[in-house]
Amino acid sequence: MKELVVISGKGGTGKTSLIGAFAYLAENKVLCDADVDAADLHLLTKPEIMEHHDFQGGSLAKINREKCTECGLCRELCRWEAISEEFQVDPLECEGCGVCVYFCPEKAIDFPLSTNGEWYLSETRFGPMVHARLGIAEENSGKLVTLVRQEAKKLAEKDHRDLILTDGPPGVGCPVIASIGGATAVLIVSEPTVSGMHDMERVADLAAFFKVPALLCVNKADLNPEKARAIEEHAEAKGVTILGRIPFDPLFTHAMVQGKTLFELDGASRTGETVRTIWEDLLRTLNR
Amino acid sequence: MIISIASGKGGTGKTTVATNLALSLDPPVRVLDCDVEEPNAHLFLKPRFEASHTVTTPVPSVDEGKCSLCGKCGEICQFKAILVIGQTVLTFPEMCHSCGGCVEVCPEKAITETGRELGIIEEGRRDGVEFVHGRLKVGEAMAPPLIRKVRAYEKADGLTIIDAPPGTSCPVITSMKQTDFVILVTEPTPFGLHDLELAVGAVETLGIPCGLVINRSDLGDDRVREFARTKQIPLLMEIPFDRGIAEAYSRGIPFVEERPEWKEKFRALYQSIQKIVH
Repeated sequence: MKELVVISGKGGTGKTSLIGAFAYLAENKVLCDADVDAADLHLLTKPEIMEHHDFQGGSLAKINREKCTECGLCRELCRWEAISEEFQVDPLECEGCGVCVYFCPEKAIDFPLSTNGEWYLSETRFGPMVHARLGIAEENSGKLVTLVRQEAKKLAEKDHRDLILTDGPPGVGCPVIASIGGATAVLIVSEPTVSGMHDMERVADLAAFFKVPALLCVNKADLNPEKARAIEEHAEAKGVTILGRIPFDPLFTHAMVQGKTLFELDGASRTGETVRTIWEDLLRTLNR
Repeated sequence: MIISIASGKGGTGKTTVATNLALSLDPPVRVLDCDVEEPNAHLFLKPRFEASHTVTTPVPSVDEGKCSLCGKCGEICQFKAILVIGQTVLTFPEMCHSCGGCVEVCPEKAITETGRELGIIEEGRRDGVEFVHGRLKVGEAMAPPLIRKVRAYEKADGLTIIDAPPGTSCPVITSMKQTDFVILVTEPTPFGLHDLELAVGAVETLGIPCGLVINRSDLGDDRVREFARTKQIPLLMEIPFDRGIAEAYSRGIPFVEERPEWKEKFRALYQSIQKIVH
């Protein structure tokens, strides 16, 4: 089974629109939205949720005021300054390290598991999809990403599907690290700007660090063809396979506004043809 | 005043607003780029860097001579960053959240802390604008401690602008909490709206006043504006899609330099925020 993870270094490069287009083209796959922090793929695929599950990613300290003697040891030990002078734990500051719980002489601090989000198994017009929603201001997005990818894999194995198409999170930090480990390949979607170059380099280094083969396509390439070429050259020097360029095309936005993929709006367009060619090259690379 | 700029979603124009706003105002103005995973503001402000520091976080170091292999360190650690296996103590510094629990719990005082490098902080300036950013080491997962170090450069005088990372989880919260105002930058598309709703939720959790800047305001639909109206979030500015602005961006040029008339609009933006905050 293969897994392709689409990443970008930064949001707004067109990752999700592109994966929507691939979802239309790919056969026998499972869709997976690993951008749990700001999941958007469901806006294009309109999933019908078949199962939903709570996600419990960690515990938070909670002081039982009846048992508390206000000795202050917890405040002294807490490195996050999460405990107020009134001995209330600020859930936004609490790291869930449990140090206060362990050392409280009165055993006055509880450490219940907290629900940080939900994850879903869904049906879409493109096939099954695994996705999630991390609660606002919650931690542990890396853990939720790992869980979503594992569930997508289980589903693919059960249904004998040979490809997982994963929409990855932006950045190079914890959630992205959790989204690329063990993938067959990552596709980096870049844009021809100075920041696009910078972000591509960091995310290509990340893929190399975790030894995942990387591919690249430059979106909105005609906004600055020179920069597009420079990004491709830099990427190639880092061992990244270049797949092609997609022009700036408001068709992506028009399709998104209607909750459709590019191909459902206008598959015969020049941009449609370009994306189809990129997809075919991509499949060949994945199956090599 | 401290203004943070957030968006829920990446690529909406946070850095564009942060840098153009900074270049439109009178000093003292400082820009703190807290998007430590992908700092970009320096590509547009082009500051002259004057100082650079390595940022470390404490992680355990075990003196095997003193260790009695009791296993208490592994018991207290919630992050699976230290454990006793057979006759050795293994540490996994990348998993460590630096809570210090293992140091406290060790009966033999066999654990001390050493610094593990998270990334660097660079300081510079460009004309009247002071600039600081953090740069997370590639392969490193712990952004919030580095963000806290960048935010240590806030000052009470003039304006501090914080360019926050995308999303609504810990790095964003660390970047925007205890700021006076949040500018939410969005685009008028279904993705923009969806992520804006999440970002507004995060801002409400923190109880900070906020306002909206709509970028590429003529691409997409009207639902973002409707949402702002029902939520009574003031619409502070709209920036239309303009191929000239997009091309200037692609070359790393803040567009107020090519369209100086926009400086006035950014000043007006700041004035309306001042009115809301005071």
